[in-house]
Amino acid sequence: MSIPILTATGVNKSFGAITAAENVSVSVPEGAIFSLIGTNGAGKTTFVNMVTGYITPDSGSIKLRDREITGIGPRGITRLGIHRSFQIAQLCNDLTVEENMLVALAINAKEPPSFFGSGRSSAARKRARETLERFQIERYANMLIPELSGGVKKLLDIAMAMAGDTEIMLLDEPTSGVAADEKFPLMDLVIGVLREKGVTVLFVEHDMDVVTRYSERVLAFYAGRIIADDAPDEVLSDADVRRYVTGAPA
Amino acid sequence: MSPMILTAAALAACTVLAAGAVLLPDWAMFLVTMALAKGLVSLGIVGMMRGGLVSFGQGLFYCLGAYMAAMVTNVFGVADIVLISVVAMLATGAAGAALGPLLATYRGIFFAMLSLALSMVLYGTFAKMSSIGGTDGLTVLTPTFLGWAPEGLALQTALYAFTGFVTVVAGVLMRIYFNSERGLITLAIRANELRVEYLGASVRNAMAWNYLFGAMLGGLGGAIAAMSLGHVDPEFAFWTTSGEFVFVAILAGYLSVPAVFLAAIILELVRSFSNLYFPNTWQIFLGAFLLAVIFLLPRGLGSLIERKRTGDKE
Amino acid sequence: MELAATIIVDGLIYAGWLFIVSVGLTLVFGVLNILNIAHGSLYAIGAYAGATMVGAYYSIGGEAFPWGSYVALILAAVLVALIVGPILERGLLRFFYGRDEVLNVLVTYAVFLMLEDIMKLIWGVNPYFVYEPYVLLGDVEIGPLFYVGYDFAVIGAAVVTGLAVWLTINRTRTGKLVLAVIHDPEISRAMGINVPRIYLGAFMAGVFLAALGGALTAPMISVTPGLGANVIIVAFAVVIIGGLGSIEGAAIGALMVGLARAASVHMLPEAELFIIYLVMAGVLLFRPEGLFAKVQARKI
Repeated sequence: MSIPILTATGVNKSFGAITAAENVSVSVPEGAIFSLIGTNGAGKTTFVNMVTGYITPDSGSIKLRDREITGIGPRGITRLGIHRSFQIAQLCNDLTVEENMLVALAINAKEPPSFFGSGRSSAARKRARETLERFQIERYANMLIPELSGGVKKLLDIAMAMAGDTEIMLLDEPTSGVAADEKFPLMDLVIGVLREKGVTVLFVEHDMDVVTRYSERVLAFYAGRIIADDAPDEVLSDADVRRYVTGAPA
Repeated sequence: MSPMILTAAALAACTVLAAGAVLLPDWAMFLVTMALAKGLVSLGIVGMMRGGLVSFGQGLFYCLGAYMAAMVTNVFGVADIVLISVVAMLATGAAGAALGPLLATYRGIFFAMLSLALSMVLYGTFAKMSSIGGTDGLTVLTPTFLGWAPEGLALQTALYAFTGFVTVVAGVLMRIYFNSERGLITLAIRANELRVEYLGASVRNAMAWNYLFGAMLGGLGGAIAAMSLGHVDPEFAFWTTSGEFVFVAILAGYLSVPAVFLAAIILELVRSFSNLYFPNTWQIFLGAFLLAVIFLLPRGLGSLIERKRTGDKE
Repeated sequence: MELAATIIVDGLIYAGWLFIVSVGLTLVFGVLNILNIAHGSLYAIGAYAGATMVGAYYSIGGEAFPWGSYVALILAAVLVALIVGPILERGLLRFFYGRDEVLNVLVTYAVFLMLEDIMKLIWGVNPYFVYEPYVLLGDVEIGPLFYVGYDFAVIGAAVVTGLAVWLTINRTRTGKLVLAVIHDPEISRAMGINVPRIYLGAFMAGVFLAALGGALTAPMISVTPGLGANVIIVAFAVVIIGGLGSIEGAAIGALMVGLARAASVHMLPEAELFIIYLVMAGVLLFRPEGLFAKVQARKI
């Protein structure tokens, strides 16, 4: 029985009078696919922000296998292999799709970024296009970000997050802003690529169809607490979850 | 940009400058020399603008470099321009290396104001130090060129040639740096520094390097200016001096290196011409010009020279 | 002990002046999000206008009622606000609301350049002296030292100004509208607040305060070109220290800078010209956004 790849124990976080996290404890086995559900303000994104170092918990501990990672900033967390995508795709709007990918690869290459070696060398561009191809957005390589559709932006966001060795990927609402008929194809593609690389996945979602289809386990958040932690069918039929999250009739 | 195009551009620049040495009268050569020296400072600002920061305090390094030139000639009696340029760059490089990591933690307005404050500290310090001339400043000996001590027109031409050569070298090096992986990361920082941090890079480290290069370019420009003018004073560090360097950087934009020096030459021409005929109104024109650039050419003159990499769109 | 008292009195006098000069700058940033480099030029215009008004007042027989010269100074500031304010705000600044803060600095830098020469065109390059209002209040004796009464009046003016601004923002209906616009212009607009009018009003108030600073200073100095360039950086230091947009911050910043400057003048004269910026750099090292900065919302 190997140790879980990600463990949160008794994590607490308040912003003044608002409790964003209350005694949050989570244990994620390696290679698992978890989803995080809950209404707005329930604490899902705060949890993701704390795991990825954007926010520091008031108390409690977060561990990558047996290594304490509480309080390490985004840069350090990324270097440890914990990567994330964003609710609103965080891209470099002045650069093309290919250039965005080149930046991601240059930062995560084995050698530190060069001072004089070209940032757009043919070798680098080939590697960038290969990654873009895996996410089926290679044809947009020369386009600028504002010209892209929501789905393509999300895919690029995730593709960039895959640069370097990814152990855990946290996807923050990967299908929000994506057309309804594109949600499943996008998730098929993304989960497929992540699975292939053996990446442990946690994704925040509001769409319960996506939740049931892609996750093995669901964490339900409410008012900063985890009110359910089980397989999708169990969680979605839980009375509290119905009351506080999905609003489905009893 | 392939090495071939870069070499061709460098050669073209050298040819144009060489033609100037033959064709231009000495007052014009002096003007171009000063413009190129100041252009070096603005090039450093452009390097930082590519990362989203505007330094309103490059006068700090311009003044430091200029005073290094004055000190070396006054204290050691040495006036070799190559030696002085190296010394100035080392001194401002040290200052830039010390200050960069500190300043690079600030953004936007605060970076601008803090850089301005530091240059005003230097101004205030030098203005009160009578040992180095106070507000009167210091004179700088006539430069020599690796043993050669020209006078008159030969001196003017030698200064012009040296400055032109240094400018082309600096321009080529910075262009290569801008095209490098770090250069691309700098552009990404300007667009979305949060993402760059999340990709695993240190924004602070990247901007500290840009600051360092800006410091060294500032010192080099200041040293050359000092040797051309024959005089330095604390005004080199006053915020309005820094403002002019920013003006040129905005006029040029951050897309093209030659545009920086073109903009600097334009400013020097406007300044000389206006000082002669409109001494009390030329700043009105300057301000209006800056507004026009902000409204009509938000990416600066460089956007006219360099087409955007993908297609013809802005 | 005597040195301490001198430093405190000098510091307070300088702080009072600094506050009047800086509060308009921080107010304009707080409401319009524009750090106005031309604020120094507006100060200078106020000084020139004040000098001109007082000169005019005395030339039409003002010696009969010398206190009227103070009214002339304040009137000068009002006129500057009424004329220059709308021209700058409606004519230029309104196109830059919501844009990048540093871009707005560059825009106001362009305005600064233009105003410097416009002032030379209107008032020439020779100095203006209007000492009459300065000597009107006589001297004040504190221990063995004599101070000019006018300097203390400036402290009083600073207190009155600060209270007036604070009360207007926090206790009047208009003030509440201004606070709403400061927090969220878009929502304010959606709720029916006439946001452009608030912007214009806030900017004109900023111009008035800058010009008032200049007008009140005119009797103390000789009014010459270059005033603006020297004042703006001092005002920057004060508002950055205090936190951009904070009235209380401007007061605290003015006190800190005033006392530091006074201490330097008496104890370490070599530092006099730059002590202000050292204080500013020092504050920014510990509080990167100043002492009372606005709270930033979450980005992701």
